[in-house]
Amino acid sequence: MSLDPKELEDFRAEVRAWFEENRPADPGFLLPQSFMEVGTDEQFHFLRDWQRKVYEAGYLGMAWPKAYGGGGQPQALQDIVTREMMRAKVPFMVNTIGLNWAGPLILNMGSEEQKKAYIPGILSAEDIWCQGFSEPDHGSDLGSAQMKAVRDGTDFVLNGSKIWTSLGVHARYMILLARSNPHANNKYEGLSFYLIPMQIPGIEVRPIRKLTGEYGFNQTFFRDARVPESCLIGGEGNGWRVAMATLMFERGAAGGQAGGHAMMSTEVSEVVALARVAKRGGRPAIEDPLVRDQLVRFLIEERGLALNSARKRLAPLNAEYPLSIAMAGKLAVSEFQRRLCQFALSLEGGRAAYYVGDAHAIDRGLWQRAYFNAFSATIGGGTSEIQHNIIGERVLGLAKS
Amino acid sequence: MFEGAKRPTIKFSDEQAQLLDIAASFARDKFPLSAARARIAAEADLDKEIWSEMAALGWLGVAIPEDFGGSGLGLGEAVAIVEPLGRHVAGTPLVSTTLLAQALLKAGTEFQKRTYLPKLAEGGIGALALSEESGDWNLTNLAATATKTVDGVALSGVKTFVTDATSAELMLISVLWNGRPALAVLDRAAFGKGRMTRETVIDETRRSYRVTLDGMVVQDCYFLEAAQTAAAFKHLDEAACLLAAAEMCGGAAGVIATTVEYLKTRKQFGRLIGSYQALKHPMVDALMLLDAARSHLYFAAGVVGEGKEGEIAVRMAKAAAGEALAFAADRAIQFHGGFGFTYDCDAQLYRRLGLWGEARHGDAAWQRARLAELML
Repeated sequence: MSLDPKELEDFRAEVRAWFEENRPADPGFLLPQSFMEVGTDEQFHFLRDWQRKVYEAGYLGMAWPKAYGGGGQPQALQDIVTREMMRAKVPFMVNTIGLNWAGPLILNMGSEEQKKAYIPGILSAEDIWCQGFSEPDHGSDLGSAQMKAVRDGTDFVLNGSKIWTSLGVHARYMILLARSNPHANNKYEGLSFYLIPMQIPGIEVRPIRKLTGEYGFNQTFFRDARVPESCLIGGEGNGWRVAMATLMFERGAAGGQAGGHAMMSTEVSEVVALARVAKRGGRPAIEDPLVRDQLVRFLIEERGLALNSARKRLAPLNAEYPLSIAMAGKLAVSEFQRRLCQFALSLEGGRAAYYVGDAHAIDRGLWQRAYFNAFSATIGGGTSEIQHNIIGERVLGLAKS
Repeated sequence: MFEGAKRPTIKFSDEQAQLLDIAASFARDKFPLSAARARIAAEADLDKEIWSEMAALGWLGVAIPEDFGGSGLGLGEAVAIVEPLGRHVAGTPLVSTTLLAQALLKAGTEFQKRTYLPKLAEGGIGALALSEESGDWNLTNLAATATKTVDGVALSGVKTFVTDATSAELMLISVLWNGRPALAVLDRAAFGKGRMTRETVIDETRRSYRVTLDGMVVQDCYFLEAAQTAAAFKHLDEAACLLAAAEMCGGAAGVIATTVEYLKTRKQFGRLIGSYQALKHPMVDALMLLDAARSHLYFAAGVVGEGKEGEIAVRMAKAAAGEALAFAADRAIQFHGGFGFTYDCDAQLYRRLGLWGEARHGDAAWQRARLAELML
């Protein structure tokens, strides 16, 4: 398919119309804003049905190979769809880990069998994926993972536990980082990376209640769970390299994702709308000069993030720190979202004291919950503090802390 | 964020990429940071040799159409030259010369454009006499006046922060004429050196003068087209914001590089100080502010002059660059420890560049207040 601007515009119009027409009806309950917040079965089924519908319409995995259920089309088309989804503010694609991290990883490093076995189910949401990286005692320090994978003939026997496994109760597969060799030269060389089935004896998923009072995260326990060596990806002892590649996908620093948005991010325009209805001293809050100043700060920051994505593609404008924008993306966006939600809450005045469930809460308590949930991104995927270390060391070249 | 589903794109030309590259090595060669104090102490207001080279490179006419002796590019290309100069605290009259040309292009008479624009493109220095003792950032709140007399137009009042006034071939002045803000371009014959007194300013790389207009009589023909003057004031303000943002982005990049170098070599308590998170994390914050500021800058460079969107972009760019440089240079002084408190440490050069840049054409809070009017 050629990519002349006219055809792209026509395609955009077609996609826009499709999402307008097929936008799911309000389910009557507060939907989660990301895959990390799916706390009830009704939320999960609603979102899974929605992803399947989008995939069946041909709007997901458009640039993935046809042989594995993808569309075999140019990435530019998928990018248009993803942007239209965000614009239309339709619910996010729930199989986020599969679509954005596990899928690209398997396409990149997996065997032919693995691609055939896993990719179609990722796209259709038939097979939900979760991630087994963090451990209870090693939150941001992935290299120190202690979970054991002991070789026994052509099998590995898994023992230990992983934490923060979003979608763990719904998942059919997990990407897992575990220690296959406790006696390796260094801690990194002892790690291997696995694609494992969740419904096998010896794996137990226990929901964790979040600070919001809701569910969504889990702790996964492994007790002599046995998987065949064909579950390995990237080869035994190469787990660290595979995990780093996965993190590049997770942080959006490497392309190849199936498309679709992963998160209902909060936009400043929504907070501006809130400032128009919220009252300060009998007047709309938006008339308060300090509120205005803060709103404009957020508008500048929000646009700066969008413009960073645009500038990232222009090599001459990234000559000094070529990795900077890509590596700092997660840190920048997550902290921005957290501060924005916090500010939104402050605009509610006395009504900020309501919480999700009270009929008088503004926007069903969306802002209260969004603020709490914003910490999932400032903590998950490497805390903001660890991100600062990584960027300081890898982009600025400062000595290790 | 942006209207519609289209993501913002940054228009960035091959010419900009080339200019950025050439200007970066030029600035490195001609304005080494190590010689900044010598440049400050120099007797002459201007290194004429370097200025001629800049003219020969075509930089002074980069935003002047070919018909008027320029190279027919635009302000976006000027940004690519100004940013690296800011990084080396070069303090040349490039910005004021470029802005004077912009005023002429917007509101000059045909005669003024034909006479003055080629002069500027060739290396004639342009000075801006726009600000006044009040320090008001609104360029049209003026106290200086012009009054018609039998001999011509009599000027009175005081203009401040006129950089490179003594070297200038042309000077753009703003006055109230019949209660309306007006702009005039005076040539050297019309403004005598006797009316200028050197100002002591926070950015010592600037040669800044106070210019007294009292007793100056000029002819009508020096004034820019009255009908276009309001548009010229607006454009001057926006173009000035853009180029100040470029200079400050360059400054932020320079001070971050300088400080990172120090953090990589200086040891305390047996460790490289860059290994301490108390220093490392704020340096990353500075880098992220710079990244956003540069993205705003090059977006603004592509849309400057395009109505409301252009104004929003340049004001955001200036606010972002000002805050990025303020934070980076402030932390730079602190992170250099005792050395940071000395005149010899380069951190102060950058902090002064930032304070100067914020004081000219509106600081970040002022820009945000304007943006609130435009966006909320």
